[in-house]
Amino acid sequence: MNSFPWLKAWRRWLPWLVLVVAALVLPIVLPPFRLNLLGRFLSLGIVALGIDLIWGYTGLLSLGQGIFFALGGYALGMHLQLGSLAPGQLPEFFGLYGVKSLPGFWQPFTSPLFTFFAIWIVPALVAGLLGYLVFRNRIKGVYFSILTQAALLVFFNFFNGQQKLINGTNGLKTDTAKVFGDLVGSDLVQKELFWLTVVLVVAAWWLCRWLTKGRFGDVLVAIRDDEPRLRFTGYNTTSYKTLVFAVAGALAGISGALYTVQSGIVSPQFMAVPFSIEMVIWVAVGGRGTLIGAVLGAVLINFAKSLVSEQLPETWLFIQGGLFLLVVTALPDGLLGWWWRREVKP
Amino acid sequence: MLSAPLQKTSFRLLSGATALAASLSLVACGGEKKSEGGAFDGEVKVGILHSRSGTMAISENTVAEAELMAIDEINKAGGVLVDGKHLKIVPVEEDGASDWPTFAEKSKKLIDQDKVAVVFGGWTSASRKAMLPVYEAKDHFLYYPIQYEGQECSKNIFYSGATPNQQAEPAVQWLLKNKGKDFFLVGSDYVYPRTANTIMKEQLKAEGGKVVGEDYLPLGNTEVAPIIAKIKQALPKGGVIVNTLNGDSNVAFFKQMKAAGITPANGYSIMSFSIAEEEIAAIGPEYLEGTYAAWNFFQSLDTPASKKFTADFKAKYGEKRVTSDPAEAAYAMVYLWAKGAEKANSVDDNKVRDALVGVSFDAPEGKVTVEPNHHISKLVLIGEVQKDGMFKILENKGIVKPIAWNQFVPETKGYSCDWTQKRPDAGKFKM
Amino acid sequence: MNLFYDTLFNGLAIGSVLVLAALGLAVVFGLMGVINMAHGELMMLGAYTTFVVQNVFKAVLPESVFPIYILVAIPFAFLVSGLAGLLLEKTVVRRLYGRPLETLLATWGVSLILQQFVRSVSSAFAIGLLLAVAIGLFLPRLLVRVQLAPRWAGLKGTISWISAGLVGIGVASLLGEERSLDQPWFSARNLDVTAPSWLRGSIELGGVTMPTARLFIIALTILALWGVTWFLQKSVWGIRIRAVTQNRSMSDCLGIPTETVDALTFLIGSGLAGVAGVAVTLLGSVGPNLGGNYIVDCFMVVVLGGVGKLLGTVLAALGIGVISYVVGSGSLLLIWPAMPAGLNELITFFATTSMAKVLVFALIVLFLQVRPAGLFPPKGRMVEA
Repeated sequence: MNSFPWLKAWRRWLPWLVLVVAALVLPIVLPPFRLNLLGRFLSLGIVALGIDLIWGYTGLLSLGQGIFFALGGYALGMHLQLGSLAPGQLPEFFGLYGVKSLPGFWQPFTSPLFTFFAIWIVPALVAGLLGYLVFRNRIKGVYFSILTQAALLVFFNFFNGQQKLINGTNGLKTDTAKVFGDLVGSDLVQKELFWLTVVLVVAAWWLCRWLTKGRFGDVLVAIRDDEPRLRFTGYNTTSYKTLVFAVAGALAGISGALYTVQSGIVSPQFMAVPFSIEMVIWVAVGGRGTLIGAVLGAVLINFAKSLVSEQLPETWLFIQGGLFLLVVTALPDGLLGWWWRREVKP
Repeated sequence: MLSAPLQKTSFRLLSGATALAASLSLVACGGEKKSEGGAFDGEVKVGILHSRSGTMAISENTVAEAELMAIDEINKAGGVLVDGKHLKIVPVEEDGASDWPTFAEKSKKLIDQDKVAVVFGGWTSASRKAMLPVYEAKDHFLYYPIQYEGQECSKNIFYSGATPNQQAEPAVQWLLKNKGKDFFLVGSDYVYPRTANTIMKEQLKAEGGKVVGEDYLPLGNTEVAPIIAKIKQALPKGGVIVNTLNGDSNVAFFKQMKAAGITPANGYSIMSFSIAEEEIAAIGPEYLEGTYAAWNFFQSLDTPASKKFTADFKAKYGEKRVTSDPAEAAYAMVYLWAKGAEKANSVDDNKVRDALVGVSFDAPEGKVTVEPNHHISKLVLIGEVQKDGMFKILENKGIVKPIAWNQFVPETKGYSCDWTQKRPDAGKFKM
Repeated sequence: MNLFYDTLFNGLAIGSVLVLAALGLAVVFGLMGVINMAHGELMMLGAYTTFVVQNVFKAVLPESVFPIYILVAIPFAFLVSGLAGLLLEKTVVRRLYGRPLETLLATWGVSLILQQFVRSVSSAFAIGLLLAVAIGLFLPRLLVRVQLAPRWAGLKGTISWISAGLVGIGVASLLGEERSLDQPWFSARNLDVTAPSWLRGSIELGGVTMPTARLFIIALTILALWGVTWFLQKSVWGIRIRAVTQNRSMSDCLGIPTETVDALTFLIGSGLAGVAGVAVTLLGSVGPNLGGNYIVDCFMVVVLGGVGKLLGTVLAALGIGVISYVVGSGSLLLIWPAMPAGLNELITFFATTSMAKVLVFALIVLFLQVRPAGLFPPKGRMVEA
């Protein structure tokens, strides 16, 4: 029957080809602005991988990944704010609100090493704590989703309202900070960041694949498909869920940090309610349960958004709304699931 | 060789795709206006970057419309005359989507991708603060049309809205003189209200007023009952309320203030800094009648230039529309840039920037001039909202020069900004 | 004592808005286990209906009847939002039955579309939309005989909807050349909905100022609660709804038309959102973002209140209302002025509307540690499916 083996292989490998081309060829041909966009969208692929892990595999739909995304971004943003200051100086915005000394929780971020760990450990801890409190009580399904959304709104309110601690709505800017003597916003550093993003996307993908391939992955899928049964067989599902939620949080933090330095700002807008739901749709469009699909979805949709908003900004919400409807009704397995689906003879 | 059904499918797909492309191009063509005449010798691209979607679209659409109107008028009059050539201004519109990082992203796009000569854009201070590093890093030029909190003086931004000494400070002086000494400050929770209130508190300290309370509401929040309770506790018998709320919160604020009896009739003087004719129409004049506002332009300003501006705006965008201070500032800003370019005899942003200082324009509000600190001198007006949603002008303080670094706030007292001076700290130096 | 009544009244006032807004959501969630993310946008439709009714009264009817426009708007808003909800149920929610997370996402998509719809809708747009809907419904019939490869077959509906949409856009943009058809009906601006003068004042009672608008909303909430309770307890369909809520498959076996029950519940829940929409025009702005301002608060109410009992919803909403007011206005400081400095600082720190939200959420999460299923958990022993 299978008279086109090459066709089948082609179907299998095309998405990978697209990504490899995107990562290797586009940096040469794209103008710096588009390349910068590509880098940012690739970094969003990391948070999408995390969502795929908790939603696609474990069946936990979090609408609050923006929290961890922003926490990672803020950790790096704070470090960069402090890094380019002379000793004893304060970041400029503190002057606007009459703050005379650095708030205590800023202090450790002067250390690059601490920041390096904070970018992913802080979001992981917050996710772990939130997850533990929620999963412990077997809150799940829709309840879990709207609780995470409420948590998101609360974090948004907190960061948005605390001008004196974290510069509120304005967020922290990174373009004028310096790393190794170069401006973060300069083309050279941006290009380096692009490659760093590529490397980290691959690493994150590998991590997720490693987690989902083995027994751990089987447990996750079992939680998604029938949690009570798994519990009755003696598995402590709470700790599995908490752990995977924390991993997704860490991934979101890394993603947020990369996104921040490539867009030049971290602000509470990262915790806006619509943005976190958008993240879910990247995964849904790319294909739940296909890790590479999450990355592809993030990149494709964001490029589409960027292009549409350049041409016809008013239509983007229609298109986005239509996408939500489309993926849940007609394409439940996303683009990749559809692409890779076995042809059944009519 | 493809099997027959597959071939059929591909055919259908192909025809489907063709139809799709055809309808898409139809849409694209439908949206474009035919260009008129060929009297130009070239083009100059300018960026227009405002929120066309999201919370701020309500306000920013008008500003973008005023800018487009100015561009149309300049083009009709022959474009920008540079180097003996008539250049047509071609606007490239981008959507900031009420999202500060998007403003930064789109700025990069306009500068790197579209290579625009200048960008007109922004509304909230947060969006300006997000864009600022982009323009400074790329040494490009942003024109920002909204009244703001001051305490900033960038080489790469040109501010055509009021600084505090052209809006908030005269308003507070007027209130102290005519309305009372006890002030309650209400604002949205972001940089403009926070900073403006810091300045006002210092000013009140210096001029004998008293702040009895202040409170902030997240942008877009509409639950104002706790704030109203605080106002009632702090000012049981009437007093002055200075309102720097932005956007949707204003509607809730005024509706519920009225319901709670905090009204001009009961001895409360309410002064708003973000309520212009546009917002009055959306909130309903019934709720605002008798409250005050300080601006640099009112639609009711009785001069020929003002009347012409309003008439043109209505002719272009509809009889029901109103003009307001931000629209006027945006309109004047485009003209100032064009005049600067003609003076510099170039559209190169660095040359225009140097030439711009000292350029004047007969704006709807009167003659405005670009000062060395990249702000402009403006007319200062205080008005009272009338039944018809227009302002009655209570006081006209004449043209006031802008001060970027506030002289009431201890941290910036004595500092100045002058970009005509060739010194490294021209943006902020001790006088 | 005054302060106590003042706090109580304001807390009740805030809470009753929450009750009204969350009521419809809770009814639907209780029955179908579905969270309707477009609930806020259905409220928005109710508010826009109020705007239209107001303008009709202004334009057509004598001035003397203008003050009652708000009363007339209530049934209209119920109808408009209810029908919109019914349409949503018939076209989207029904297909996703038993997949609550997908329903969540799909209704979010609908909410985005509705938001942009009220911004963009103009005569040209409406004509284009009607045309697109007509084609979208009609095209699949034409294509019935078309055989597609299985990979594409599932997408036939989607493809025909997309092409119908493109035709609609094309027609709309052609018509849009005509200026009179291109004027947006509402545009992205906020709309001016002015309460009639009897709802703009306040009543003094025992030293407490009670805005009439707030009293009106409290009355409306009580009325809505009474209506819903009566309907669920006494009417035939209400009893059917309760039966399906308790045990869907058994009700189905006993001959209760569960599909009709679902549709009816969705209609009522959405209609209640419309009524809530009328109420909030008295308090705040009417614009495309109206829904987003309330929706997350409604979720908190539903989470705290639990499923199946309206009393849970009511208590949760009132509780959240009172706590946010007490914290947000800092009235604790007034009750106990001699508070120790540390505590004082803490309370001042939370005494803004945004920080009150933070605290309320923290309290809800803490509460869920004790009562994971909300205030009134459903009785019985079962493994959650």
